[in-house]
Amino acid sequence: MNLLADLQVALPDALLAGYGLAALLLAAIGGDRISVLLRILTSFALAAAAVFAFIQFPQGDAEAFNGLYRVTPFVLFAKGATYALAALALFMSGGFLKAAAMERYEYSLLVVFAAMGAGVMLSANDLMTLYVGIETLSLSSYVLAAFRRDSLKSAEAGLKYFVLGALASGLLLYGSSLVYGFAGSTNYAVIAAADNSVGLIFGLVLIICGLAFKASAAPFHVWTPDVYEGAPAPVVAFFATAPKIAAVVVLAHVMFTTFGPHEKSWQMVIAIIAALSMLIGAFGALAQNSIKRILAYSSISNVGFALIAIAAGVEDGASAVLVYMTLYVIATLGMFGGVLALRRKGVAIDDVSDLNGLSKLKPGMTLGLVVLIFSVAGIPPAVGFWGKLQVFEAGLRADMLWLVLVGALSSVVSLGYYLRLVWAMMMKPAGEALDRTDFSVSATVFASALISFPVLTIGIQMLLDAAAFASAG
Amino acid sequence: MFDLPILSIVTFIPLIGALLILGFRVVAGPSFAAGASKGIALIMSLAAFAASIYALMQFNPNAIGYQLVESIPWFGGSAYKLGVDGMSLALIILTTALTPLCVLQSMRSIADRLADYMVAFLILETLMIGVFCALDLMLFYVFFEGGLIPMFLLIGIWGGKNRLYAAFKFFLYTLLGSLLLLVALVYMYMVTGTTDIEALQRYPFAPQVQTWLWLAFFASFSVKLPMWPVHTWLPDAHVEAPTAGSVVLAAVLLKMGGYGFLRFSLPMFPDASLLFQPLMFALSVIAIVYTSLVAFRQTDIKKLVAYSSVAHMGFVTLGIFSFNEAGIQGAVFQMISHGIISGALFFCVGVIYDRMHTREIAFYGGLVHRMPVYAALFMLFSMANVGLPGTSGFVGEILTMVGGFQASTWAAAGAALGVILSAVYMLTLYRRVVFGEITNEKLSDIKDVNATEFFVLGLLAVMALVFGVFPSLVFDLTKGSSDAILQMIGK
Repeated sequence: MNLLADLQVALPDALLAGYGLAALLLAAIGGDRISVLLRILTSFALAAAAVFAFIQFPQGDAEAFNGLYRVTPFVLFAKGATYALAALALFMSGGFLKAAAMERYEYSLLVVFAAMGAGVMLSANDLMTLYVGIETLSLSSYVLAAFRRDSLKSAEAGLKYFVLGALASGLLLYGSSLVYGFAGSTNYAVIAAADNSVGLIFGLVLIICGLAFKASAAPFHVWTPDVYEGAPAPVVAFFATAPKIAAVVVLAHVMFTTFGPHEKSWQMVIAIIAALSMLIGAFGALAQNSIKRILAYSSISNVGFALIAIAAGVEDGASAVLVYMTLYVIATLGMFGGVLALRRKGVAIDDVSDLNGLSKLKPGMTLGLVVLIFSVAGIPPAVGFWGKLQVFEAGLRADMLWLVLVGALSSVVSLGYYLRLVWAMMMKPAGEALDRTDFSVSATVFASALISFPVLTIGIQMLLDAAAFASAG
Repeated sequence: MFDLPILSIVTFIPLIGALLILGFRVVAGPSFAAGASKGIALIMSLAAFAASIYALMQFNPNAIGYQLVESIPWFGGSAYKLGVDGMSLALIILTTALTPLCVLQSMRSIADRLADYMVAFLILETLMIGVFCALDLMLFYVFFEGGLIPMFLLIGIWGGKNRLYAAFKFFLYTLLGSLLLLVALVYMYMVTGTTDIEALQRYPFAPQVQTWLWLAFFASFSVKLPMWPVHTWLPDAHVEAPTAGSVVLAAVLLKMGGYGFLRFSLPMFPDASLLFQPLMFALSVIAIVYTSLVAFRQTDIKKLVAYSSVAHMGFVTLGIFSFNEAGIQGAVFQMISHGIISGALFFCVGVIYDRMHTREIAFYGGLVHRMPVYAALFMLFSMANVGLPGTSGFVGEILTMVGGFQASTWAAAGAALGVILSAVYMLTLYRRVVFGEITNEKLSDIKDVNATEFFVLGLLAVMALVFGVFPSLVFDLTKGSSDAILQMIGK
């Protein structure tokens, strides 16, 4: 294999890696003066990478770098989404960074490296590539969480994320070495062909633990509320979207391909993780007052729903994972981004009561946010409902009625806090005026709201077809 | 033959009105939009009514099966498929006829954020009509559950003091039920590969499966109807909702439960329906007797009317599950009739609430001296609610009881007890609010109904009387659909 052909397969990731290194040089010369320019350039680079990923999407399966790296429509779908979301999250962050005096060039660089890490881990065809990708994503994320250096909470978030993340990486590595020991290789295809043995199962479970941590599924979710609370708002909007869909799809991909033949061994593990995530996510947020913590629990709960589809197995669940996560992150980007971008006298709001009377202060924005909240909550006619529908169908096809019922129950419970947000926005008397919303934020909120309802409500078949194609390949 | 997609037009005219108001709100600001919203809401709701009457003229009551069908593939095995039979058309017209009246009433009584209110109300109308038009289970579910959002906002924003509790309870109670329906829906789609209602009605589900599916549908519809013992959200929601919200809640939203039983539970799961007949009879009779007694003890007028709604819905389920012509025809008629009467009663409560801002029964008394016209109209609706012959309430109750009697003597006997009890609480209410001397000084200069209120209540009074004297107006329309249901359950 020659290098050029390999690079062509890995074009989106290679583009980002090249861009990231060039930008690093540029930033070393220009310093913080060019941070705005760099942010715009980076958004475009990420968008371009997303476009390349989507161009590759219909072409199907390809391997590169001696089998270390492989793209399939399944991962390309998620990769394109990850890059596009990273581009949008970066695009939205401008106003906040300026207001919080955080306009530093490292921000764009960290986002681009994190996104690239996510892309690499998606395309991994070997446990080692997987680990390298995850670590690139994680190390960038730790720094991003602590990006607000002068804030105690942000530093705490970064440190906490780092310590726990390192532990999870350790679990993942330990699991990988066990799998290597018992399967004789770190290559996905070889592992898939290996005989089932106790050692392999141990390795498998440890790998699940490591990946579940990255996806913030219970019981490995404990870091999520703290990190979301401490990290700067645009970073949270990024964490909750781009790496999230990548992490869940990687988990699905590793289960479906690497451990596909051992489905019976991991199905119940994933199902229990799913049930725990949904319940903890639903009940945990009820008593919270911090918006960021509520959103953190909401994302834990939603990951649980996606895990139902993974537990259902590759035949029933693969396309449901993609549909669910796509619809979820579209709504989440607008919802997290919109809510977290609200500032009062330059300070980002964080208590639910700060949202009071938003419909009087910002009526258009409120309308968009309400649509998005109902989409995340999965109430029709908002499109998030179709994600839930797909997941429920996958669960029922796999004979997991109990899991589907847990999902139904927890979505009723979680409505308790979604409605609380709507309540504060629409029904409480207005508080003090909020700062002007940046164009980038309101544009993203409106765009994702329009996609969530009514565009995809009517055109849902397109997404279903794309997801079905992705999971057939 | 029918080129015009008339059902889509009926369904989406209100939505267009809502979008117009939103447009005005964005372009011209909230105060202008508030003024414009009155006109737009009224015109659009009247247009929807006119369109539904046009649909009625196109409809052939003697033909078999669904009519005015339109179908566009949507996704998977689901389609955007609309169509009506006599039963659903009657409920659609009930909806479109009541909405302009609600709009008229709300124009005067809603002071705050009128434009937003009209938007929520028109969206709610679209969703309500959609529920009755949908011939695809998925589409039905979307309309059915989507209706929770505007109703939540109506109660939550424009409701009374305790609206937080009521709005949340309404939403969560109903959602829990409908999610079980969703699970059943997904299962049925998995087995049959389609969510087309006509196809599902023909599909022979195994008896064992039917039982579980029936229970899942029951969870949703019994909450919506509501049946004892899951009725407790209703009094709270009614008391806190604004007047027009209460009216549509009682007149239309509750009917979705009964409609659901008739459209889905009976035709799709006939064996299970027969199996659960005793359960349904027991719950119906308990609802009729128990909630009538509870109604008697209420101190709040709206709460009393709300409990009386639960009791009257007991007649509906009694009729539906008697599986005979009289019962089912009576149940459909009772739904229409209750829509008119309970709607009118909530309007009546709204009239005095707008003036005095309290619904305490004890606050009132002697209204007949100051409000003779109001007293006469309120009298008529109270009597209709009791089921006095000559009013529509009588026809529905007597037919459901005749139907029930053929199926189970005991159930009918229990229900008959409810007729007496309804007279007890309604007449007591009427005496304490309207008769006697005026003891409360604040009532001394209360004004009688104004022109709008007279128009709204008068129209409803005419409807209650016309349907009471000529019930065949409804029966001719709904006969085909009730025959079809009976045929599908093999009776």
